[in-house]
Amino acid sequence: MSGPLIRVEDLHKSFGSKIVHNGVTFELEEGQTLTIIGGSGSGKSVLLKQIIGLIRPNSGHIFIDGEDITALDEFELQRVQMKMGYVFQEAALFDSLTVGENVAFGLRTIMEAEKQHALKIARQKLSMVGLQGVENLKPSQLSGGMKKRVGIARAIAMGPEILLYDEPTTGLDPVMSDVVSDLILKLKEESGTTAIAVTHDMKSAYKISDKIAMLFEGKILQIGSPEEIQNSSNAIVRQFIAGSSRGPIPVPRI
Amino acid sequence: MLTNENNPFLIAGRKILGAAQTCGEMVVLMRRTFYWMGRTPIDRFSLFYQMVEMGNRSLPVVSLTMIFAGMVIALQTGYSSIRVFNEPLFIGAAVGHSIFKELSPVFTAMVFSGRVGAAIAAELGTMKVTEQLDALHTLGTNPVRYLAVPRFIAAILVFPLLVVYADLMGVIGGYIVTTVQLRISSTVYIEDITGINLNVFMHGFWKSFVFALIIVVVSCYKGFTTKGGAEGVGKATTAAVVLSMVLVLVSDYFVSAILVAFGIG
Ligand SMILES: Nc1ncnc2c1ncn2[C@@H]1O[C@H](COP(=O)(O)OP(=O)(O)OP(=O)(O)O)[C@@H](O)[C@H]1O
Ligand SMILES: [Mg+2]
Repeated sequence: MSGPLIRVEDLHKSFGSKIVHNGVTFELEEGQTLTIIGGSGSGKSVLLKQIIGLIRPNSGHIFIDGEDITALDEFELQRVQMKMGYVFQEAALFDSLTVGENVAFGLRTIMEAEKQHALKIARQKLSMVGLQGVENLKPSQLSGGMKKRVGIARAIAMGPEILLYDEPTTGLDPVMSDVVSDLILKLKEESGTTAIAVTHDMKSAYKISDKIAMLFEGKILQIGSPEEIQNSSNAIVRQFIAGSSRGPIPVPRI
Repeated sequence: MLTNENNPFLIAGRKILGAAQTCGEMVVLMRRTFYWMGRTPIDRFSLFYQMVEMGNRSLPVVSLTMIFAGMVIALQTGYSSIRVFNEPLFIGAAVGHSIFKELSPVFTAMVFSGRVGAAIAAELGTMKVTEQLDALHTLGTNPVRYLAVPRFIAAILVFPLLVVYADLMGVIGGYIVTTVQLRISSTVYIEDITGINLNVFMHGFWKSFVFALIIVVVSCYKGFTTKGGAEGVGKATTAAVVLSMVLVLVSDYFVSAILVAFGIG
């Protein structure tokens, strides 16, 4: 397969009168990791959900492996979704199932793996995110950071070609967030996984990314290598990565 | 001044359009449920669990309401007929007809929508707002197939059984008042009941399938379309109960008319 694995073309999305995306365009080569940064409410989660087909754009195209998923029906979409893993911002664990069953879910339904085998893989994936002996707990018994990591284990369990991470390190302690960054790198190096990550954690962004894109006012303001972003001449990008309240980004006055 | 906000025609028009859309979407959900029903190997354990859960939730309230329903019908017919004929007559027949044809299916539907429909809407609604339904999609599982189908089958199987049970409770309630308060011999009451045409019983039984269908489709629909956090789940739950009760009562007339036209009841 030549050409980019993921290509987003002139994406427009609004909810009622609220415009979220106003012409988002970018592409990502196979095996690369793109990090999307941007303010809260700038539409990062909505962008990831459109890429996996959970939300349909108003207009524009999303090509996954050359196939325009905006033109697919429910069933064809499901086939494409199986190539992808999604880490939800709030974990979205199934609270009626145990942690082990959560992680094994996709293996059981998609791969039709036998129960014991699936649970064994689930244990292995859980230990990759630093969780041991939690298989039989219910999600409600876990801390926020633990849920997040279970969510990651569930997304990587089937070894998807493409991983979409919505703030994978938010809510984790600094050491654990570095462990998750390492895990994202490891999946990329060992399995050639292509990934898009949304994050506010610039340290993790510099570590895991081949490319960083900043989303601002419905468009990609700048996209480039971590060095290019770090040395950006754009005042908005500079303010954002510096984490300063002073600059062109509108902020509430106190 | 008429504006877009206070124009009564616009407001009414929007409401009618909204209701029409809701109906249409519920029919779509029902079709999708039937579609997946034919293509899903039924997980017997999960189905059985759902059935037991639904039955357990409803049984206590159904027992209580139906015993008292039977009691009050016996009491009312008893004293009315004493006034007209100077003696209590046809108590068993009156209890049987009203319980089998109307009270039992309708009351059970009220209880079922309050206990089971509300639980379905709240559970699916919570899954919606916490993105668990989205998570199912990304793990290659259709939520209609995984969540709606087992609830649908369980409700269709359990509800008619509950109605038969409710019939029995109503008859027992009537028996208590007839023998204890009106002092009529139990053989007269029992002969009255057993003399009732089987079609009268079947009238309520067939109706119960329609009611179960309404309640489960409305509740799943309201759950799947929940918006906006915990508050949204509360609204969806209330809406599911109210809408299923209204639709049950309205459809009751039409289904009864159809059944009567076919000579059932
Ligand atoms: N289902 C929806 N219905 C209506 N509006 C929505 C919906 N989902 C998102 N939005 C709106 O779209 C905008 C972008 O939301 P999104 O969740 O993508 O933000 P985000 O960039 O992920 O923010 P954060 O960093 O806080 O997670 C927000 O203003 C939000 O209110
Ligand atoms: Mg977000």
